[in-house]
Amino acid sequence: MLPVSHYLILSLALFIIGVVGVLTRRNVIVILMSIELILNAVNINLVVFSRLYGDAAGQAFAVFIITDAAAEAAVGLGIIIAFFRNRETVLADEMDLLKW
Amino acid sequence: MPTVPNPFSFNRQDLVLIMPQLQLVLFGLGILLIDFWMDAKTKYMNAVLALMGTVFSGYALSRLYIQLSVRAEMGEKAGGLAGFHDSIFVDPFAIFFSALFLAATALVALLSVKYLEIEEEHHGEYYALMLFACAGMMFMASGNDLVVLFLGLETMAISFYVLTGFLRRERRSNEAAVKYMLLGAFSSGILAYGFSLLYGIGDSTNIQGIGTRLAERVRVMELVKMTQMGGAMGEQVRRSLETQLPGIAQHDPFLWQVLPVLAFMTVAAGLFFKVAAAPFHQWAPDVYEGAPTPIAAYVSVASKAASFAMMVRIFVAVFGATHAQWLYVVAAVAVASLTWGNLAAITQTNVKRLLAYSSIAHSGYILLGLAAGSAVGLQGLAYYLMVYLFMTTGAFALVIVLRRKGLIGDELEDLNGLYQRSPAAAVLLLIFMMSLAGIPPTAGFMAKYYILQALINTQHPVLAVIAALYIVPALYYYFRVVVHAWMKAPGDAPHPVMSLGQAVALTVAVFVTLAAGVYPEPFAQLARFAFSIGR
Repeated sequence: MLPVSHYLILSLALFIIGVVGVLTRRNVIVILMSIELILNAVNINLVVFSRLYGDAAGQAFAVFIITDAAAEAAVGLGIIIAFFRNRETVLADEMDLLKW
Repeated sequence: MPTVPNPFSFNRQDLVLIMPQLQLVLFGLGILLIDFWMDAKTKYMNAVLALMGTVFSGYALSRLYIQLSVRAEMGEKAGGLAGFHDSIFVDPFAIFFSALFLAATALVALLSVKYLEIEEEHHGEYYALMLFACAGMMFMASGNDLVVLFLGLETMAISFYVLTGFLRRERRSNEAAVKYMLLGAFSSGILAYGFSLLYGIGDSTNIQGIGTRLAERVRVMELVKMTQMGGAMGEQVRRSLETQLPGIAQHDPFLWQVLPVLAFMTVAAGLFFKVAAAPFHQWAPDVYEGAPTPIAAYVSVASKAASFAMMVRIFVAVFGATHAQWLYVVAAVAVASLTWGNLAAITQTNVKRLLAYSSIAHSGYILLGLAAGSAVGLQGLAYYLMVYLFMTTGAFALVIVLRRKGLIGDELEDLNGLYQRSPAAAVLLLIFMMSLAGIPPTAGFMAKYYILQALINTQHPVLAVIAALYIVPALYYYFRVVVHAWMKAPGDAPHPVMSLGQAVALTVAVFVTLAAGVYPEPFAQLARFAFSIGR
């Protein structure tokens, strides 16, 4: 097994890509995908530590995170569809009825 | 061979511990079911069921309280009831905050009936989601495990995303929901990343266990630093470290030094997002303005209280040993919130937006209680959240009362001449605004008093002075609202009419706002109870 730090650096890189994606992309769907990247970074961390310690709790936590990501995506896409029906756009910078 | 406890086993007592949440979820599911049989005239029954849910849940909570006090009288030292393999911990803290969430849920349900009728969006899902959110919040207050805390938070947050966008045909509501969902999911992701690192540090998802490990680690790091100083002392420490923890020198420095800092930063950033503290507050004004007004009140009081409960749990249990280091981070965020919230509120012309910035400023005060970190500071935090719940719900309730067909009623101009139109509403508005600004004899004054007292006791006079000075801009913008209601000409605006539910909610809110200011002792006792026998 590679040293733990390799995996942690990978997950940190994923996390940073996700954060940068959320902060810089205009398309709401891409922002949602970037959030999924962050959650995948979380899962990598959990599974690596779980393997390191030989403790199943981390894997259980990862399953819960996946479930949560699914719930969030379902509700998130539903909300985006409701928004799109009224406004015909999914671009974050065209959401200007309320000041950002 | 050691006996491994079956992870799938739990007994009846475990279920009793989550009975308040179970009651809420059952009533929520019940509402979803019977909603099919309700026509437009009987939709209010959903609200009645939701209120019954909070009453039943409150009864289950009171049973837990009795169980706790019996154990306390018998001299039990544990301080709480643990269940589900120590992942749920019901202590006075959890009971205090759960009671707050129930109160907020009941008040908001009372305020919602007429509002939803006017909006023509009277669906059962609304009340069901409120109850689910409340159950999630209770798990945030009673969770003792990262998984439980995170799932409680997400149950609350996802319910709130839907509730914020509940007015499907309203474009502002759609937009608020999209923004809330994106920023909320983003902050949850950051928080989850912090949790995964905490799991790595502690080799456990139990927050007490992680806290113990982290404290050990801090002590070891201090010893390692001593060995690097050299000299006879350093040599001695190095030798005793070698014998007690062989291989410490080879240990991955990345895991030992960087991870705790990174974990703290991500967990703190995620939680600051949830309590709408600057610089993570951008979502709050948009969500409050766009969401249905009762939900704006609910997000403002209940979600904030729940996030603060979780923050206190995590900061005290996990990062308790390093308080001296993170104290300045929390204090800086608190001062930033005070500055941003108070200054941005001055120019607002929309009451809901103004209340959003005021809630950011209040987050600053509450964070200062955490920064003080003493018993008085934490009690001040609990007291502040309690009175904040009632006074802010009251202020939002008045905006809800002004809502009528064809008039949203959330602009400052809509308040013009409220005194001529409805003297009672104008007096209530005056009381809530006085309390929000912190003028005696209202509850808001006592709340700020406890926070300032804690800051002075813990030798942070500068923070206390800053906190006190920011009452000046607060006075200006709160009283701008009052001026509109009392001194401007009413124009041809009609008289607001209060429904029974609104009247009850406003009476409760104003009673607590005044009673906790005139005679704060029983309320302060409640706040002390919350921290009476923690772990």
